[in-house]
Amino acid sequence: METLEKILVNHPFVQGLAPEHVQLIVGCAKNVVFEPGKYLFRENEQANSFYIIRTGKVAIEVYSPEVGSIIIQTLGEGDILGWSWLIPPYQWRFDARAVELTRVIELDGTCLRNKCENDPALGYEFMKRLANVFEQRLDAMRIQLLDLYGKK
Amino acid sequence: MDVMVPNTFKVQKFIKETHDTFTIELKSLETKNGFTFEPGQFNMIYIFGIGEIPISISGDPNKSGILVHTTRAVGTVTKEMAKLKKDDIVGIRGPFGRPWPIKEAIGSDVLLVAGGIGLAPLRPVIYHLLSNREYYGRIILLYGARTPQDILYRKELEKLRSRLDIDIIVTVDRAVKNWTGNVGVVTTLIPRAPFDPINTIAMICGPEIMMRYTIVELLKRGLSKENIYVSMERNMKCGVGFCGHCQYGTEFICKDGPVFSFKEIEHLFGKREI
Amino acid sequence: MKIIDIQEIDNLISLLREMNYLVVGPTIQNGAIIYSQITTSKDLPIGYTDDQSPGRYRLIKDKKESYFNYVVGPQSWKKFLYPAIQKLYTAYFKNNKLEIEREENPTTKYAFIGVRSCEINAIEIQDRIFFGGEYQNSRYKGLRKNCFIVAVNCSKANSNCFCTSMNTGPEVKSGFDLVLTEVINNSHHFFLIDSGSEKGEEVLSKLNTREPDKESLELGNKVIEETKKQITKQLETEDLKDILLRSLESPVYDEVSKRCLACGNCTMVCPTCFCMTVEDYTDFFKTKAERIQKWDSCFTLEYSYIHGGSVRVTTGSRYRQWLTHKLASWHEQFGTSGCVGCGRCITWCPVGIDITEEATKVRRIAEFQTTSMEEI
Repeated sequence: METLEKILVNHPFVQGLAPEHVQLIVGCAKNVVFEPGKYLFRENEQANSFYIIRTGKVAIEVYSPEVGSIIIQTLGEGDILGWSWLIPPYQWRFDARAVELTRVIELDGTCLRNKCENDPALGYEFMKRLANVFEQRLDAMRIQLLDLYGKK
Repeated sequence: MDVMVPNTFKVQKFIKETHDTFTIELKSLETKNGFTFEPGQFNMIYIFGIGEIPISISGDPNKSGILVHTTRAVGTVTKEMAKLKKDDIVGIRGPFGRPWPIKEAIGSDVLLVAGGIGLAPLRPVIYHLLSNREYYGRIILLYGARTPQDILYRKELEKLRSRLDIDIIVTVDRAVKNWTGNVGVVTTLIPRAPFDPINTIAMICGPEIMMRYTIVELLKRGLSKENIYVSMERNMKCGVGFCGHCQYGTEFICKDGPVFSFKEIEHLFGKREI
Repeated sequence: MKIIDIQEIDNLISLLREMNYLVVGPTIQNGAIIYSQITTSKDLPIGYTDDQSPGRYRLIKDKKESYFNYVVGPQSWKKFLYPAIQKLYTAYFKNNKLEIEREENPTTKYAFIGVRSCEINAIEIQDRIFFGGEYQNSRYKGLRKNCFIVAVNCSKANSNCFCTSMNTGPEVKSGFDLVLTEVINNSHHFFLIDSGSEKGEEVLSKLNTREPDKESLELGNKVIEETKKQITKQLETEDLKDILLRSLESPVYDEVSKRCLACGNCTMVCPTCFCMTVEDYTDFFKTKAERIQKWDSCFTLEYSYIHGGSVRVTTGSRYRQWLTHKLASWHEQFGTSGCVGCGRCITWCPVGIDITEEATKVRRIAEFQTTSMEEI
C-alpha cells in the first residue's frame, strides 16, 4: 500500500516541496473517500480542512432557491480544494459535492496553520503554492465572467 | 466562371442543434461532382435578398456528395438561415481559405481546443484525423460551451467518446446540479490534458479572447508558437482578397487565413483595433 | 518620336472613335477636371490650369492656351476600369426556386486621353490586385485589356505632388499606347508624340506627323525637367514599410484622429484604393434581387463590423489601417507600394491631412524612440 507521504509527494501541489516540509504536513494528513453525491463540506460550516484531490470530481456549488444548486466550478485529479481553513472566520463559503467517487487527502486546518506559523519557511512555501492556485482560479473566473459564448 | 457569382445548392436537411445553432446539409443543383474542401475552409453563403456571409464548412471532407454548414443565428443573414427548410435554395461560393495544418500534424499529437460555435470549423478535422487515424499520435479535443444545453453535436461527441483512440474533454461555463461533467472555462483543461508538448500541433477555434488565453496556457505547457494554430474572423465581403475588409495587418484573412500559426500573427494578436 | 500640331488632337480623337473606342479625357465640370467622354478637342480644359494645396483645389485661367497644363483632378481612371457601382448578378426567386443570372462583362473599349505617369502606375497596381493573383476579376481585366492609353507628360506639378519619391513620374516611361508632351512657349505650340505599343504605332501612322528637330526635342525634355523641379514634396520610402509595421501603436494615429473626419474622401480619390462592399437590391415583391458591388472605404464603421461590433471604432485606428495598408501592407500583398504620389488624398482631404507628413512623423518617432508629439 502506498504511504500517505508517497501519494502526497506525487501530487502537483506538493511536488518539489523539501522532504522535511513534506514530513511536517504528512503529520496533518489522512486519507478520505467520498461517495458520489456526498458533500465534502457545506456553506457556512466551520472550515478546518484542506483537500488534496487524488482522483474523482468535486463540484463547488452555491444553492439558489429558484434553480437549486448552481455549479461554479468542478475540480478533479491534481487540484486542491478549500482555503477557508486559512482565513478567519474559518467558514466555508460554498458547498463542495463529490460528483464521482472521490479520493482525497484531507489535511487538518488547525494543524497546518500551526505548522506554518512555527516554520515560516514552510509557511511561505505553502502560501506561494496557494497563491499560484488563487491566480489560476481568479484568471479562470474572470474569463468565465466574460460569458464568451453568450449573446453580444 | 466568376468567383463572385454563387452556385445554387438545395437544402437536404435542416438540423436544429441547440437553441441558437443549427446545421444545414446541402446538395449542389449545378454539378454532380460534389463539393470538395479541406478542413478549415469556408464558403460564402448567399441568402436571396438578404446578403452573403462567410461560414466555415463543418462536414466530413471525405464525403463530397454533401455540403454541411453549422452556424449560430446571430446576424441578419444567419437569422434568415435559421428559417431554412428542406428544398430551400441558397447560393454558395467557395471553398476559400487556408486549411488547418492536417498535413503538418502527421506524426504528432493533435490537440483541438474549441469554444462555443468554434467547434463547427474543427469538426472536419476530427473526421479527417479519425479516418486517417494511423498517421497521428494522440488526439485530444477540449471543448468549452456555455451551458450543457449549448453543447454542439452532443450525441456525436458522446458517441466519439466511446472510441478509445480519442480523448474528448468537455467543460461548460455554468451548470446546475444534474450536470455531472466539468464546469469551468476551457483553458482550465489545458494544464492536465494528455498530450506531449514537444510533439503536439494545437488547433484553436473560438472567440478571440478564448483563443488568447488558450495560447497562454499552451505556451506554459511548452508548446512552440509555430505549433499553435488559430482560426481568425473579420468582416468579409468577397472571400478572395478583392474587397479589402478582412485585412489583419498585412494578411487577408480570407486567402492568407483564416487559419494562421500563432507565430505568424503574434505581433498582431491582441493588439487593439487591427 | 514625332511632332503633331495641336489641331491634330482632333484627328486623334476621330481616329480612336472610328476604331470604336469610347474616348474619354479631361473636361471641366463643377469647377474641376473631370474625366468624361470627349468628342472634340473643344471638350478639353483648354486654357485652364489648377491650383492645389492641402485641402484646397481651384481651377484657374492659365496664362497660355494649354491643353494639358493641369495636374490630376479628383477622379482617376479607375472610375472607368473599376466603376464605383457594378452589378454582379441578378437573382430571381420564384416558386421557391433560386436562379442566378450573372451580369455580362462590360465590353466598352475605352481610349483614355491625358493619362499621367502616376496614373499609369496606379492602373498597373490595380492590375496586380484584380488579375495578378489566384483569383481574377474578369470585368476589370476585360476593360483593361481593351483600353487604349494616350499618356501625357506632366508640364506642371503642384505642391501636393510627390511622384518622384514614389518613382512613378513625372515622365511617362511605359504602360502607354501613345505619349504626348505638350510644348508651348512664345513661338511654339505643338505636341511631341511617341508610341509605346503596336496599337499605338498603328494610330500614330495615321496621324499627320513631322520629324522633330533637335530644338523641339530639347524643348520637350525641358518640359519634363521643369516639372521635376516643381516637385517639392517628398516621402522618404527607405525602410518605411518596416517602420510602419512595427509602429502600429504610434501616438501619431491618436494625434491625427483629432483632425481626421473619417469622411473617406482620401479613399474615394485614391487611384489605387480598391475596397468594395456588396448589397442586394430587391424588388417590392421579393422576387428579384440585384447584387450590387460598390466602392467602400476603410474609414467607415461598418467596414470592420463583425457580429457584436466593429473592430476599428476609433478614427485613429481607421487612419492607421489606411496609411499602413497603402504604404506598408501593400508591399507584402501585391509586391508594390499602394501609393503613386499623385497627391489627391492631400488635396481632397477636407482638413488637409498630408499622408507624407503623417508617415514622416511615424518614422521620426520610431527612429528617435520618442513618444512626445511635441518633439517631432
